[in-house]
Amino acid sequence: MPIISARGLSKTYRVADKQPGLGGTLRHFFARRSRDVQAVSDVNFTIEPGEIVGFLGPNGAGKTTTLKMLTGLIHPSAGEVEVAGCVPFRRQAGFLRQITLVMGQKQQLIWDLPPLDSLRVNAAVYGIDDSEAKRRIDELAGMLDLGEELTRPVRKLSLGQRMKAELLAALLHRPAVLFLDEPTLGLDVNAQARVREFLADYNRRHGATVLLTSHYMADITALCRRVLLIHQGRLFYDGSLDGLTERLAPHREVRFELRDPPPAAAFASYGTFESQDGQQLRLLVPRSELTATVGRLLADFDVLDLEVSDPPIEEIIGRLFRQGAVS
Amino acid sequence: MRNLRLLRRFWATSLAADLEYQVNVLIELLAVGGNLAGSLFVLSLLFGQGGSLGGWSWEEALVVLGLYTLLDGITSTVLQPNLSTIVTHVREGTLDFVLLKPVDSQFWLSARTFSPWGLPGVAAGLALIVVAAAQAGARPDGASVVAALVLLLSSTLILYSLWFVLAATSIWFVKVWNATEVLRAALVAGRYPVSAYPVALRTFFTFVLPVAFLTTVPAEAILGRGSAPWLLASLAVAAFCLLGSRKFWQFALRFYTSASS
Repeated sequence: MPIISARGLSKTYRVADKQPGLGGTLRHFFARRSRDVQAVSDVNFTIEPGEIVGFLGPNGAGKTTTLKMLTGLIHPSAGEVEVAGCVPFRRQAGFLRQITLVMGQKQQLIWDLPPLDSLRVNAAVYGIDDSEAKRRIDELAGMLDLGEELTRPVRKLSLGQRMKAELLAALLHRPAVLFLDEPTLGLDVNAQARVREFLADYNRRHGATVLLTSHYMADITALCRRVLLIHQGRLFYDGSLDGLTERLAPHREVRFELRDPPPAAAFASYGTFESQDGQQLRLLVPRSELTATVGRLLADFDVLDLEVSDPPIEEIIGRLFRQGAVS
Repeated sequence: MRNLRLLRRFWATSLAADLEYQVNVLIELLAVGGNLAGSLFVLSLLFGQGGSLGGWSWEEALVVLGLYTLLDGITSTVLQPNLSTIVTHVREGTLDFVLLKPVDSQFWLSARTFSPWGLPGVAAGLALIVVAAAQAGARPDGASVVAALVLLLSSTLILYSLWFVLAATSIWFVKVWNATEVLRAALVAGRYPVSAYPVALRTFFTFVLPVAFLTTVPAEAILGRGSAPWLLASLAVAAFCLLGSRKFWQFALRFYTSASS
């Protein structure tokens, strides 16, 4: 029984269309023109309880829009969503108690007060009595390695400390489903690692389901066995991280140096010939045939040097995001 | 019940946040004193030659000013600090956090903070009402005190609803600071008895922008000139405005798209 399910989920926004310059501004003020933008179209997936799923996609792909539909902040234009047995947009108390949303670039803690004051408000909001609240705060603070920071005004905390306190505030009511939108944004490498460890730990202890977006591939590779990749509003991939690498980069590059290179045509049976620079040659070889091909190359030719390059997942996805297109 | 506990937490934390800045406390206290002195001065100028203002004696008009000061105090204590943050919530997208709490979002947005700086105004307003009513020779019985309190509650609710609806339009227009400032400026008209204004304005202040219900009607009840129809009308207007603000908020939320991530 999935805890999150989306069927045919779509969202169309109406956005203003403004030309630059004074003329454009005046026209925009008096006769506002707008057009429809399809932010998410026909997205289908289900997530089982306890899964940690990475939600990937370039900027503007529709990740945040999807998260907002899943949390009930915005109404889908078409399709159905169900989270924890509820329809999110109704925002019933029973639903809201089971979920949480953490946004790396927005904060809910009261700026001028120590996190503990905000936590007390949240405890009252969720109807958690004082002793139980204290127990939970102690547990989470221990996991997050937070101590005296909880009694220091939020404005005096570092970004990493603040993010950890934000997580504490977002998890005080023990939600079953966590929606995390860029929770490690702007944190240094150490703080990112701490947040990742915490999320994995929390998932183990409470069996919570996590849907996470991040621009740091390290977050995804460390936490998520399954990823959803959304591109231009459409779900482009749903499966394991390894599968994604294979799908996006089905070939590996073999560079080798021959003492006496034959003409390029001689390599037709080994793979796709890429280039030759003197004794240096480059071939693209399908992943599945890699070992066999390398073996044949070594047997058939006088190979001086050989190197197989395996583009890291960060690079593959990074390239995809930069190009903004999926072949 | 749970909301009461919540309200206590809300106000305790906002009080704590206010007291974080000690110098600000002093400045706010000075501002309150200055404001009240200014109002009294203007009123004394109006009555400089003796006589009356729209059929109201000096003491009677002071009751109206007292009610205005009281309402203005309530505004600065609860309405202004809460309702002005709605616009910020919409613009910065932090309304998301409010909408995701299992608490009525209108309650949260309307009662989240509390600013102690309006309290001196509340106290000054109450004192002015009591003193001025006594000097005007009013001997209000239990019934007219209750009536005055009911009317005062109605007027607060009316003011709240109007303001809330204006702030809620920020869901579409995002920036509506000016609109709420215009509202507050228009309410300054409530400093003086509504009969002091020309007929056209008087009609406007009664039926369009219900300034009359805010101060003049409660003042009449205190001075023993209240009438059942006005009391009922005031309650009806308050109920209508409050219900309207709730409906409007639910309607507005359907258009909320949440500021980009």
